[in-house]
Amino acid sequence: MSVLDVRDLRTHFFTRAGVVKAVDGVSFTLEKGEILGLVGESGSGKTVTGFSLLGLVDPPGRIVEGSIRLNGKELVGMSDRDLRKRRGREISMVFQDPIATLNPMLTIGQQMRMALEAHGRVGPRAAVTRSEELLAKVGIPSPRARLRSYPHEFSGGMRQRVAIAIALLHSPSVIVADEPTTALDVSIQAQILHTMRDLARETGTALIWISHDLAVVSSLATRLAVMYAGRVVEEGPTAAILRDPRHPYTAGLIASLPAMAEPGTALTQIPGTTPSLLSLPPGCPFAPRCTHATEACTSEPVLERHGTRGWACFHPVGGVPA
Amino acid sequence: MLGFVIQRFLQAVVVMAVMSVIVFCGVYAIGNPVDIVIPPDATQDIRAATIAKLGLDKPLWEQYFLFVGNLLQGDFGRSFVYNIPVLDLIGGRLPATLELVLTSVLTATVLGVSLGIYAGYRPDGWLAKTIMAVSVLGFSVPSFWVGLILILTFAVNLGWLPAGGRGATVTVLGVPWSFLTLDGLSHIVLPAINLALFKLAMMIRLARAGTREIMLTDTIKFARAAGISESVILRRHLLKLISIPIITVFGLELGSTLAFAVVTETIFSWPGVGKLIIDSIAVLDRPVMVAYLILVAFLFVTINFTVDLVFALIDPRVRAGARA
Amino acid sequence: MMLLRRFWAEFRENRIALAALVVVVLVSLLAVFAPLITPQNPYDMTGLSLMDARRPPGFVGSGGYTHLLGTDPQGRDLLSAILYGLRISIQIGLAAGLVALTIGATLGILAAYAGGRIEMLIMRVVDLQLSFPAILLALVLVALLGQGKAQLIGALVAAQYAYFARTAYGAATSERRKDYIEAARATPLAPSRVILRHLLPNCTPPLIVVATVQIANSISLEATLSFLGLGLPVTEPSLGMLISNGFPYMMSGRYWISVYPGVALIVLIVAINIVGDQIRDQFNPRLRK
Repeated sequence: MSVLDVRDLRTHFFTRAGVVKAVDGVSFTLEKGEILGLVGESGSGKTVTGFSLLGLVDPPGRIVEGSIRLNGKELVGMSDRDLRKRRGREISMVFQDPIATLNPMLTIGQQMRMALEAHGRVGPRAAVTRSEELLAKVGIPSPRARLRSYPHEFSGGMRQRVAIAIALLHSPSVIVADEPTTALDVSIQAQILHTMRDLARETGTALIWISHDLAVVSSLATRLAVMYAGRVVEEGPTAAILRDPRHPYTAGLIASLPAMAEPGTALTQIPGTTPSLLSLPPGCPFAPRCTHATEACTSEPVLERHGTRGWACFHPVGGVPA
Repeated sequence: MLGFVIQRFLQAVVVMAVMSVIVFCGVYAIGNPVDIVIPPDATQDIRAATIAKLGLDKPLWEQYFLFVGNLLQGDFGRSFVYNIPVLDLIGGRLPATLELVLTSVLTATVLGVSLGIYAGYRPDGWLAKTIMAVSVLGFSVPSFWVGLILILTFAVNLGWLPAGGRGATVTVLGVPWSFLTLDGLSHIVLPAINLALFKLAMMIRLARAGTREIMLTDTIKFARAAGISESVILRRHLLKLISIPIITVFGLELGSTLAFAVVTETIFSWPGVGKLIIDSIAVLDRPVMVAYLILVAFLFVTINFTVDLVFALIDPRVRAGARA
Repeated sequence: MMLLRRFWAEFRENRIALAALVVVVLVSLLAVFAPLITPQNPYDMTGLSLMDARRPPGFVGSGGYTHLLGTDPQGRDLLSAILYGLRISIQIGLAAGLVALTIGATLGILAAYAGGRIEMLIMRVVDLQLSFPAILLALVLVALLGQGKAQLIGALVAAQYAYFARTAYGAATSERRKDYIEAARATPLAPSRVILRHLLPNCTPPLIVVATVQIANSISLEATLSFLGLGLPVTEPSLGMLISNGFPYMMSGRYWISVYPGVALIVLIVAINIVGDQIRDQFNPRLRK
């Protein structure tokens, strides 16, 4: 059984200017200990997808349709109380900017204890032991002493490690990591990346790694889900997608990776810009930018499965397999 | 930490020095200093003698140092009207004002912060909208008018509460206090409400804006993602984060409420320094005016200094900056 | 013009703000044309009769007309006195607000443009003053300068210019940091062009917001000073003084002398504040969408 099974998720924002369909048809599954890379440009709905999984979409947004099954339990329509009990214990999240996530007025120890006590009483000594254990696990030197430190006494990378330790406190089945390395220096990015991969392997926690950077994600994720305009347009094993992309958008993303270009030649670009989610024309949202588009693309393609892979396109790159 | 305290203390001293120059210029240089220090009904001989005695024939800078020297020795001169040292006069009136101001500001802060956090937490509810409408009124309606209506309603029409005065007092530590007797308490209710209303509106707005901003931050989202309950988030995260702007404004408001007490004390005949200064202005009792200004400036500087210290105690970032 | 029209269209959407604007305009018109509307000139002492003093609303006085809102302790028709009082309040509020705006904006922009010592000096003084309650400053200045319209306006300006200076300074410095101002300064353009063409337009929206609030504050402050007996001479009663004159009689149930001028004052101030709030919301980019 999959740890997480998302089917046709739709999260819309009801603003004064109109309905913004930030997430409009997202499906994927996640197995135990697996790392899924959720890739897309900014505004493609990947962060909103992450928040939807935790039931933390702020008004005026709400999940209008679809199903999220976590460890077999349906989360859509679940009461706030029950959702809260699952957050932190079964699913947790790490954010982009470690400077903004920790409370500057509380010590690391206080914040970790709060997260521990969110799910039942914990004695002070047990709290220290567990917190220390996790800080050590994410690679913070002299963890016991650092429990008394305030966030500003840590570097950005160290703060992100603390945030990861908090997310891991209750050994959840799934961690949603929303661009956790984007705000960090490149050298530190790699360290955090490796820490998280090792931890996922060690604890059996599945990871959803949200990123706009295909290069970063593909070095880490076993499988990829590519998002465009609120939809998953292609999904499958990382190696297969990189070698043989089927959706023209995925193909464009891969072609524009600097590593794919011959030195000295111009980088390939996808023509056009991301469409506004407020006034999306009917049909395939990528059609206006797509070189393959035909009359057929005025109706909307759905994600069709082909073995371990799936894509939502009438004219996939390399033709339709028999 | 010690370096930080010393630095802030020096700043406070500098501000006080500047204030003394401003007050000196305002009262001595702009107005006719002879009129300020000598009663208008004095004879020519007394005038000449006083001018010589007070050194008013000396150059301005020398007069300034004389002025400051006297202040430092606690000599603020004598009141023309009461003919007693100004410092004794003000000292005798100060407890009444402090009692009124503290009651009002504390009430306004506790109530205002609670209501403001609620209005910021559920901004679209009808209760939040009612709270905000009341706060707009509290901001707009002049406080002397509110005082009149309070008297008209609760003292004249309903007859529930007295319209003025301090009522019975109890002397503790040699100072009379109203809030310790039932009669005194009934006297302080209306003026305290009057004085608190504007502050209440301000605290509501401040707490609401702060709450709305903080609730949208990643700190709160991260806490929610960890499964921490809303009540713990409000108590431990929000209250801690919002305390910084609240304490700043609390300090500033304590000072400005001292000034606003002038109006309330006049309406309710509350025998504090505010009433004293209005009476003194009306009869041009200038030594009292000077002393009052210096006193208010001193209280301001002291309050700001204290707020800085409190900051250093509660905000780890400031504490770290202070240590460095 | 387009911008103005769009601004107006958005303003109109808020019914309460629109009603408040109508009230402000109406009250202003009543105040401006007071001499044509009122049955009596309240400043003409010879036209007053003590026989008519402190009469309740609806009383028909020696003038042969009905005193709709009653009369004051000097026998003035209260409605006439209120309309004349509004006239003074609006005059003083506008004059003080506009002078404070001019002085404050000039100082704030100068500080932001000049930088260095001038910036430090101006802003230190402004901040020091801001930490000091405006009412106290006005109180002392009126006491020192004496009574009269000019003195009163002077005291109000001194008490309020700092708010404008802070606002203009804030808007101008955030604009100054942008590259195009640096670029404009590097080219041989006259400083006046940089200030007039670039800094001033960016300071205008926040200054308009502060101006509406401060005009309301001036009116309120003037009323407060007059109530305390430190405003205008007794022969030209402003709203604050009418309220103050009626205060002693309130205890004996003759409420109207204080209450009606107060209602007029509050309606004006609240209406201006609501209009100001709406303008602020419309200028605030964070609340847009």
